[in-house]
Amino acid sequence: MTDTATYRTTGTKSKLKRRCADLPFFLVMSGISSCFILLIVLLLAADLMFTSFEDFRAAVMKPEIQSAFRLTILSCTIAALLSIWVATPLGYLLSRYRFPGRLLIDTIVDIPIVLPPLVLGLSLLILFHLPFGNWELEAWLRDDIGFPVTYRWPAVILAQFSVSCAFAVRTMRVTFDQINPRAEDVARTLGCSRGQAFLQIALPQSWRGMIAATTIAWARALGEFGPILVFAGATRMRTEVLSTTVFLELSIGQLNAAVAVSLLMVAMAVVVLVVLRVLGTGLTS
Amino acid sequence: MIEFQKVCIRAGDFQLNDVSFEISSGQYAVLMGRTGRGKTTILESLCGLRRVQSGTIMIRGMDVTDWPPADREIGYVPQDLALFPTFSVAEHLQFALRLRRFQATQIDRRVNELAEMLGITHLLKRQIEGLSGGESQRVALGRALSFRPSVLLLDEPLSALDSETREEIQTLLRTLTENTGVTTLHITHNAAEATALADRRFHISAGQVIEEAVNPEQQPKPSDSSSG
Repeated sequence: MTDTATYRTTGTKSKLKRRCADLPFFLVMSGISSCFILLIVLLLAADLMFTSFEDFRAAVMKPEIQSAFRLTILSCTIAALLSIWVATPLGYLLSRYRFPGRLLIDTIVDIPIVLPPLVLGLSLLILFHLPFGNWELEAWLRDDIGFPVTYRWPAVILAQFSVSCAFAVRTMRVTFDQINPRAEDVARTLGCSRGQAFLQIALPQSWRGMIAATTIAWARALGEFGPILVFAGATRMRTEVLSTTVFLELSIGQLNAAVAVSLLMVAMAVVVLVVLRVLGTGLTS
Repeated sequence: MIEFQKVCIRAGDFQLNDVSFEISSGQYAVLMGRTGRGKTTILESLCGLRRVQSGTIMIRGMDVTDWPPADREIGYVPQDLALFPTFSVAEHLQFALRLRRFQATQIDRRVNELAEMLGITHLLKRQIEGLSGGESQRVALGRALSFRPSVLLLDEPLSALDSETREEIQTLLRTLTENTGVTTLHITHNAAEATALADRRFHISAGQVIEEAVNPEQQPKPSDSSSG
């Protein structure tokens, strides 16, 4: 019997079997992933079940909480806009150029991300009140400029900015890393200065990253608590933002109000995320 | 027109030492050589995107060695084309003219003229997304030629094209360069492409640029032949 004949014979005897199944792969992967999703959904569901609509309405009608809501919206928006303003050039420089001290700057940018929040607040407080001879930053701002910072609303924004800007810089750097620098090179051969190449070629390509960086900065500013507590205090109607409201309501035993404010913050975060996503999609089309 | 005088360039792991060659005005020169030998590095140095360690680069008799790319007036088509993702085809052709503050009517006239020459008039309003390889190549060529540069640098402009488009673009390149009188330096791996296009043919090997005969059957020029 020839080889071909043998092959044909055995080939007829052993039938084809389907052995490769992807189901276990999807079961394992989605099983692991769903643990996290489930945790978040359960957290939100527990908050919703704990409070009632009346409690929520009573909490948000409080003048202190309304004031905190206004300050939160305002301070988060200003902190996010300042962050994107700083993060865009810094992210671009870190992405495009190799210069002495780049590694050091890269590390410094990450410090607010890894620093314990209370330490950051304490550091801000010390910076503003550290005497250099007879000169002190806070005293100079208060007496000569007429713009006191510590324990006032600017301190809230500065504390939020210090952290949210670091996240925005990371996002913008990755954004520029993903944009092909060759287009800017070609623009320079066509007659652009480096500045024109940045403004006319790189920046228009980075709008998605800028939206993402603003969203992240805004969301980080919303969740900021430790540095605000230390540097701006938690004075009702003056430096109270919603994250400090949760703390203040908890500290006086108002658990219902604390949960209601927490849900309000969740709703705000969701609205901002959805609005920015929709804006992003709209810009794409 | 283009002159490299003992130029030394360091790029990554390799070094080009004492590179010297010249290309006269209006000539079409082709530079060949194996991958990673520094062909692109030479183009980048010529258009100012890469610093040279020593030596002199002359364009139209001017020493431009330390000049920024914007001042060298060189049209550059990189291998990946690097079209601008947020621009339309027309905006690509307008860009260099706007930078030079041309009047709107002059820009329109030049864009229409270029588009006609390149056969992309029907594409002018299109975004670059979805353009075919040949169409993208024509846009990149138009962008590089829009401001009437005296030098055109092409980095493997035909390598990513199918054979039919390749021939089309090859013919277009020959027509464009003859009509505009632009001095061209073209990098390629393809010997047939070099034979079809080149007035001068250079080869890069062991960090040196050496001139070869335009057609392999021909003898090298007397100046390049050791036997004379």
